[in-house]
Amino acid sequence: MMQEAKILSAKFAIKNSNKLTVAKKHGAYQTLDKLFSSKQGDVIEIVKNSGLRGRGGAGFPTGMKWSFLPKGLDKPVYLAVNADESEPGTFKDRYILAQDPHLLIEGIIIACYAINSHDAYIYIRGEYTTQRTILQNAIDEACKAGLIGEKVGKQNYRINITIHRGAGAYICGEETALLESIEGKKGQPRSKPPFPAVEGLYACPTIINNVQSIASLPWIIQNGAMAYKRYGIESATGTHLFGISGHVEKPGVYELPFGLPLLDVINEMAGGVWKGRKLKGVIPGGSSCPVLTPEEAATATLDYASMAEHKTMFGSGGIVVLDETVSMPELAVNLTQFYHHESCGQCTPCREGLGWMEKILKKIVAGEATMRDLNLVRELCDNIEGKTVCVLAAACTMPIRALLDKYRDEFEALLKPEPTDAVTEASAEQE
Amino acid sequence: MSDRSKLIATGKPFKFDKKRDTEFEQLVKRYPSRESMVLPALWLVQEQESWVCQEAIGYIADRIGTFASKVYEVATFYSMFNLHPVGKYHICVCRTLSCWLRGKQDIVNYFRDELNLTPGKATEDKKFSLEEVECLGHCGSAPVLQINGEFYENMDVDKVKKLLATFK
Ligand SMILES: Cc1cc2nc3c(=O)[nH]c(=O)nc-3n(C[C@H](O)[C@H](O)[C@H](O)COP(=O)(O)O)c2cc1C
Ligand code: SF4
Ligand code: FES
Repeated sequence: MMQEAKILSAKFAIKNSNKLTVAKKHGAYQTLDKLFSSKQGDVIEIVKNSGLRGRGGAGFPTGMKWSFLPKGLDKPVYLAVNADESEPGTFKDRYILAQDPHLLIEGIIIACYAINSHDAYIYIRGEYTTQRTILQNAIDEACKAGLIGEKVGKQNYRINITIHRGAGAYICGEETALLESIEGKKGQPRSKPPFPAVEGLYACPTIINNVQSIASLPWIIQNGAMAYKRYGIESATGTHLFGISGHVEKPGVYELPFGLPLLDVINEMAGGVWKGRKLKGVIPGGSSCPVLTPEEAATATLDYASMAEHKTMFGSGGIVVLDETVSMPELAVNLTQFYHHESCGQCTPCREGLGWMEKILKKIVAGEATMRDLNLVRELCDNIEGKTVCVLAAACTMPIRALLDKYRDEFEALLKPEPTDAVTEASAEQE
Repeated sequence: MSDRSKLIATGKPFKFDKKRDTEFEQLVKRYPSRESMVLPALWLVQEQESWVCQEAIGYIADRIGTFASKVYEVATFYSMFNLHPVGKYHICVCRTLSCWLRGKQDIVNYFRDELNLTPGKATEDKKFSLEEVECLGHCGSAPVLQINGEFYENMDVDKVKKLLATFK
């Protein structure tokens, strides 16, 4: 029987675990003495050795990201914690924010100390109202208790944590759009380079990390890199909060080590496909990850390498299960509408292209499209990708291409016959 | 909601109340640049009035020391800022992936059929307004609604019916 791990979720089931006294009773802030007696470089080394990879979607090694910070600059270094969590199918960070905010704060203290930062901003999506209140209370409690503030630990280290609220823009989860938003601007991604580690918030070196990445730090510092590596597999160490949603009996968040078979997790943790229905596909890591057919899903495991072998992505670990009743063309419309709506508008291929894809896909669903339209939308997928400032556009074209290619019959079944030739079509339109 | 390019003037000057004024002054200290206050200030306006009027845009610009056009640009970009008055109960239904898979359309249809309420509109008595929004980060308890900031999870038409009856 599959067992849940308890690194991030250890306090989730404990009543009032978001209160400082309760959290402390269950082990919160025990790493601080150890932390402040370690050298900053040694903390980065531990995180590097643990194999921790970013949990926001891209899976970039956290320790390595930190070591990109330029040395010996006299500018402040900022930490931005990404709590924007807006990718459809993703709902894991919310649990940390609401159930164990002190774990996140402890992680922030560790990260700030390691990268020599004194100011952390938590960028939280505007819709997370109760979560923000809980988090702010936890910050205030930690501040009163001297765990953060002007003089922390035996080094009298200064750490200030500020919550910055988003306001309903998915694109602000992209790290440079997030920085723009903190600076008081529209959330439009910046061209890179310069990378944020060199020139980020207020043109100063900045590290952006996901909530779950940061919340993994206390356990690693407490138990060591080797202990962390005992969870998961070589290329993907530790645990992840998997969010399982869609057509399953028991949707929810489950903490598991990396590397488990996808279908076993769906069946054993989430109770399998609901209503005794058949599986049609699995979106393995949030809406931008290409769908897996049941056959592909059967051989996939929950880690970066296996997902890459299956030509999809691990993403945020938000698994969305599709049963046999799902219309793939309608799903394609739903997803494209999301990305088109969330485009920040600065690149033409994204702003206009995704709009055209949405129009054509709607035309297909309405039964008014021909083979030419289907080929056009497929072509658009290839032509939009790689021609934009950020990867939002690709986050749309990749899953749509997979739907078009893997379930093509379903799209073709909705087409009407091609007019015999283009000339008759044009003259018919003129009449 | 529908048109996000037009601001509505109330004809009355806008000002933070005492509570918001204090919050503004506290928050401003947290940032090395006053411009960072654009979003927090817009939130304070919306908390106070439930929407953001043209006068408030000018007020924020003055408080921060920036151009009204800058505040306007930000207010129109971020979809959570209500640029016109909303109903007493502002209902947001998630329209995206997991909520769509688990029946959000039944709920939207219910609003249309029973309350004559469609996305982007308000009921005649201004009691309810409806908006379809993107993923609310509660996909594991889909379909979800958010009403005046509060989340309602695992919804269906029956539960919506009962819920609406509790709103006076
Ligand atoms: C369109 C878009 C949306 C994103 N949304 C999020 C998000 O909501 N939360 C998040 O942590 N990362 C998100 N990311 C990834 C961030 O850009 C960034 O890689 C991440 O926060 C880095 O943290 P990590 O290394 O700890 O994962 C998004 C990226 C893109 C391109
Ligand atoms: S790809 Fe889309 S979201 Fe990204 S910067 Fe360009 S227009 Fe904006
Ligand atoms: S899809 Fe509705 S909350 Fe995520």
